[in-house]
Amino acid sequence: MKTLTRQKPWEEIKEMLNGVDKVYLVGCGTCATMCHTGGKAEVVEMKAKLEAAGKTVTGWMVVPTTCDELTKYALEENAPAVQAADGILAMVCAFGVQTISLYSDRLPYPALDTLFVGLEDEPGHFIEVCMQCASCVLGRAAGLCPLVRCAKTLLNGPCGGSVGGKCEVSPNIPCVWQDIVDRLQAAGRLDRLEEISPVHDWSVSNSGGPRRLGLEEVCPAYGKLEATR
Amino acid sequence: MKAGTNLEKVLTSGGFAVTAEAGPPKGTSPAAVQKKGETLHRCCDAVNVTDNQTAIVRMSSIAGCVLLKQQGIDPVMQIVVRDRNRIAIQSDVLGAIALGIGNFLCLSGDHQKFGNHPQARGVFDIDSIQLIQTLKRMRDEKKFLSGDDISGEVPMFIGAAANPYADPFEFRVVRLAKKVKAGADFIQTQAVFDVPKFARWMEMVRDRGLDRQVHILAGIIPIKSAGMARYMRDNVSGVSVPAEIVTRMEQAKSAKEEGFRIALETVEQLKEMPGVHGIHIMAVGWEDIVPELIDKAGLLPRPAL
Repeated sequence: MKTLTRQKPWEEIKEMLNGVDKVYLVGCGTCATMCHTGGKAEVVEMKAKLEAAGKTVTGWMVVPTTCDELTKYALEENAPAVQAADGILAMVCAFGVQTISLYSDRLPYPALDTLFVGLEDEPGHFIEVCMQCASCVLGRAAGLCPLVRCAKTLLNGPCGGSVGGKCEVSPNIPCVWQDIVDRLQAAGRLDRLEEISPVHDWSVSNSGGPRRLGLEEVCPAYGKLEATR
Repeated sequence: MKAGTNLEKVLTSGGFAVTAEAGPPKGTSPAAVQKKGETLHRCCDAVNVTDNQTAIVRMSSIAGCVLLKQQGIDPVMQIVVRDRNRIAIQSDVLGAIALGIGNFLCLSGDHQKFGNHPQARGVFDIDSIQLIQTLKRMRDEKKFLSGDDISGEVPMFIGAAANPYADPFEFRVVRLAKKVKAGADFIQTQAVFDVPKFARWMEMVRDRGLDRQVHILAGIIPIKSAGMARYMRDNVSGVSVPAEIVTRMEQAKSAKEEGFRIALETVEQLKEMPGVHGIHIMAVGWEDIVPELIDKAGLLPRPAL
């Protein structure tokens, strides 16, 4: 599982950094390095680009994993250079950008667009398979999520646009409902398709507002572990 | 009677129904709708008003339906789940009933990618089958999806779409069965060009006894030119235009006459097909041809019930 990112167009980055003359750069040693969007090479390249555009780069670092508390210590260690900047250009995913927000009062600006949390289905190739809706329907759909893999989030598909195993939206998108039908057929469970899937409960998804979870709620032992640490 | 609309009366009396589609304008002119209404009035039992078809913004279906209603036409309000969530849809249905609309067609809707606002967020809160269920519950139990009570009467004649040409073919009849189970009273199909394939689908429909549980109206799109035939073959998802039809259109002296002939031949075959209870004509931009087509097909005058 990796967070897939793509670098924003240079014009958009320049526009975002309007009035931010001194910039501190942060990259990430995990997903953004793998995506070649925010590893050491890209950070160094961005530094040169910013300087050529007349910005002062007060410093840079590539945090091994920006989305955990390592970022806090890394920002503390580099405090003089970070605090000397007007803002932080974060060449990390949105999780990393918001981790920076947790630990620094310098405003972060994302240099990357976060695409999705992907599953590597073949080496170097990722697909989006889960939208974290908090109400899993995989049991009704042969283990393939129609909410995220169908362009119309149909729970009773396929729609009338499924042709030759492809989605009407693009010939590059497989129709997940064709795959679901094929898998159910192979498993001798086509009868499952006769059932009408009920309306989805979106209240537990992001529609209900940002979600939080304390591990002590689900695992009482967690609190004790923390206490003895 | 579930709603007592003209369409419901024609179908329940065992008649062969004729409906047609009227796309509302990309603007504010009531005359644009009224002109189509005037053309289709005497030759159809009901007229569908599309709901932002192909995801292009147009006058709302509910407004178009009211304009037709004022002309004495029985409207069919199309509802897609692409643009509205369960709250907005149920609200629109209440308003539509208050305005005298009785026929509703439940659809997924073309994906927003195909329209003039491809950056729009697709809603798809519920799907088309769940929409049918929702309307049935509103009508039969007088309850919203939430279980709350609805005040007043909720008469509705509920429709749905079916596409025998989409894949997987064997599943298409299962999907129809789900729509019937969900509460569909009538079905309007995707346009029929490949009659033998439609006949095979109808055979499966009859094998499951679905033709006795729901009224199936077969879709017709009169083709105006060879270019249109090729365009529909290559670019309209879920439509199947056989090579033979494209060739006929390409070789014809008058493409319009040939297109008319093809549509007429198709109607003739569908009229004879067991289990088909009517036709639905989607004459996109060629509504003028509909009265003559219905006349030549021997379907005039329309019954006055």
